[in-house]
Amino acid sequence: MTAVPFVRPAKAKRTPLPPEEPLIPQRGGRGSGSYWLYLLPGFTLLTVIVIIPLGWNLFLTFTEWRGIKPPEFIGLDNWIQLFGDAKFWTSFGNSVWMIVAMVVVPTLVGLILAALLFDLVGRKFGGKTASFLRATYYLPQILPAAIAGIVIGWILRPQDGALNTILESIGLGALAHNWLGSPDTALVSLMVVLVWIQIGYPVVVFMAALQRVDPELYEAAELDGANWIQRFRAITVAIIRPEIYVVTLTCTIAALKVFGPVYVLTRGGPGTSTIVPAYYAYTEFFQSQQVGYGATIATALTIVIAIVSVLFIRAQNAAERKERAGL
Amino acid sequence: MAATTTSAPARSRRTHHATPPARSRRAARPRGGMRKRTGVDWLMLTFAVIAAIAIIAPFYLILVNSFKSPADYSNGGPLQLPSALYFDGIVAFWERVNFPEKVWNSFFISGMVAVLAVLISVLNAFAIGIGRVKGRSWIVLLFLLANLLPQEALLYPLYYMFKAVGLYNNVWSVIIVFTVIQAAFGTYLLASVYGTFPKEVLEAASIDGASRWQILWRVIFPISRPTLSVLVIFFFIWTWNEFLIPLTFLVSNENQTVPVAISMLQGDRLMDVTTTSASALLGLIPTLIFFLIFQRTLTRGITAGAVK
Repeated sequence: MTAVPFVRPAKAKRTPLPPEEPLIPQRGGRGSGSYWLYLLPGFTLLTVIVIIPLGWNLFLTFTEWRGIKPPEFIGLDNWIQLFGDAKFWTSFGNSVWMIVAMVVVPTLVGLILAALLFDLVGRKFGGKTASFLRATYYLPQILPAAIAGIVIGWILRPQDGALNTILESIGLGALAHNWLGSPDTALVSLMVVLVWIQIGYPVVVFMAALQRVDPELYEAAELDGANWIQRFRAITVAIIRPEIYVVTLTCTIAALKVFGPVYVLTRGGPGTSTIVPAYYAYTEFFQSQQVGYGATIATALTIVIAIVSVLFIRAQNAAERKERAGL
Repeated sequence: MAATTTSAPARSRRTHHATPPARSRRAARPRGGMRKRTGVDWLMLTFAVIAAIAIIAPFYLILVNSFKSPADYSNGGPLQLPSALYFDGIVAFWERVNFPEKVWNSFFISGMVAVLAVLISVLNAFAIGIGRVKGRSWIVLLFLLANLLPQEALLYPLYYMFKAVGLYNNVWSVIIVFTVIQAAFGTYLLASVYGTFPKEVLEAASIDGASRWQILWRVIFPISRPTLSVLVIFFFIWTWNEFLIPLTFLVSNENQTVPVAISMLQGDRLMDVTTTSASALLGLIPTLIFFLIFQRTLTRGITAGAVK
């Protein structure tokens, strides 16, 4: 999924384990068995579209296949090649930069903006101003990521792009640059695009979470002489911690998967300066026709995403336990 | 760390009650209306507004430059309003990609996915949340994983399968894939909603002699309608915004979606600077329209998620 949408805070909530029997009382002799019938269409589709292809993809990592003749079994060769492949490590290194651009910066800036809008702008300048600003921050989120890439790509055009033209018109022509075309700025430009796309998501989620906060808490803290920073740390961050976990997890997964903006802006280039695993796998599949190796990259990416998810959820559970113990 | 931060507000509340001057200060404040604004407040507001301007600036640039002729663009620069409204760029791009056809493709795919995925989610969630089938937490986890997977891990096998059954380069390939992926998320969300469904309502319906199938469609479906409509809208927009799978499976021009068709022409030699801007404008207009139409439902979606 591209831009991570904002209904997801629901994920933070754990449903308590309900009792075992169905909610509708049993009548006659039919047990809960027939409920399986309702799962049948969903399960069949899931099997055909997700489970079988996933298993097949895993099998392909042990083969050499160019898509035409039957796959040839080569054991672990693809995996051995993968670990020695500098391009692959570059792509994962770039994933770390994608995480900086899509998780670290938007979460930190989003926290500050959400607190600012809620605690200060909302109270002193009116709720309308705050929600107008919030909607503005959210605007890039509604675009398809590929279109968002095209919008910024247009501004960064090398010859007659808006940014270079503006720089020249204010006498800073020396700074004009082929932003996406030179290895020294391509990655940073891509990251700026991703920050722009991503920034509204944490703001909206955090502001929704702040609705839970009793405004008197802020007033009380203010009267006790707590300054803005202290209120921010002690109240805002403490209360919306579950949402911070959800935002960082969903955005980290989105950052690891990022494809559309890379495809439309740089195609991984120049050279390998902006290549990411998703794009690398795609080119192996459809340009180099190295299906087995592409499948190996895709599987490695899947494993990394699974590990990241498990670590996050465990960290969240540990934090929750700690909090309960502290109360 | 967690313990100290959570206890801090509680502590401050206690001290608040212990200090009478604080109370009187509070009573003296105007209630309800705007508070006194200090210089720092204005500074902070300025900061928030500057951030908003920075975020909105690309939209402004695309909007004004889509209505300029290339000459107007090079004379006046990108920041100025067009000296005369010029529609050639938009018209040229509109005709070149056959824009109405692409909008229809995107609309058809996203609409079908939204309806089918919600239908599947309801059936799954009924079995898991209401029927409480054995091993349901594992089933939910399985669906969730299906949603979190990188699509690259399914891409080539799906590509091969669709080619084999003749659905390659057919919008239905994309519809089927996203029905499954969105329904996976829908199942995850709805199963927990249905898990807390008021039991009395279901019992009453059961006593009145309604079968499971009737209870699902006559009781549960109408009651959960607000949640379902939020899901429909989200599935629609998420599918509209998808890129990798439509790019891979819809190769011929007449089947492509809006984002894919527009990205195909980027860097094309025939596209001058303002036509390219127009292409970006056409790409963002449909989603802006959805946002304006659905804004209220989406906001309700946030609160519904919070209450749940």
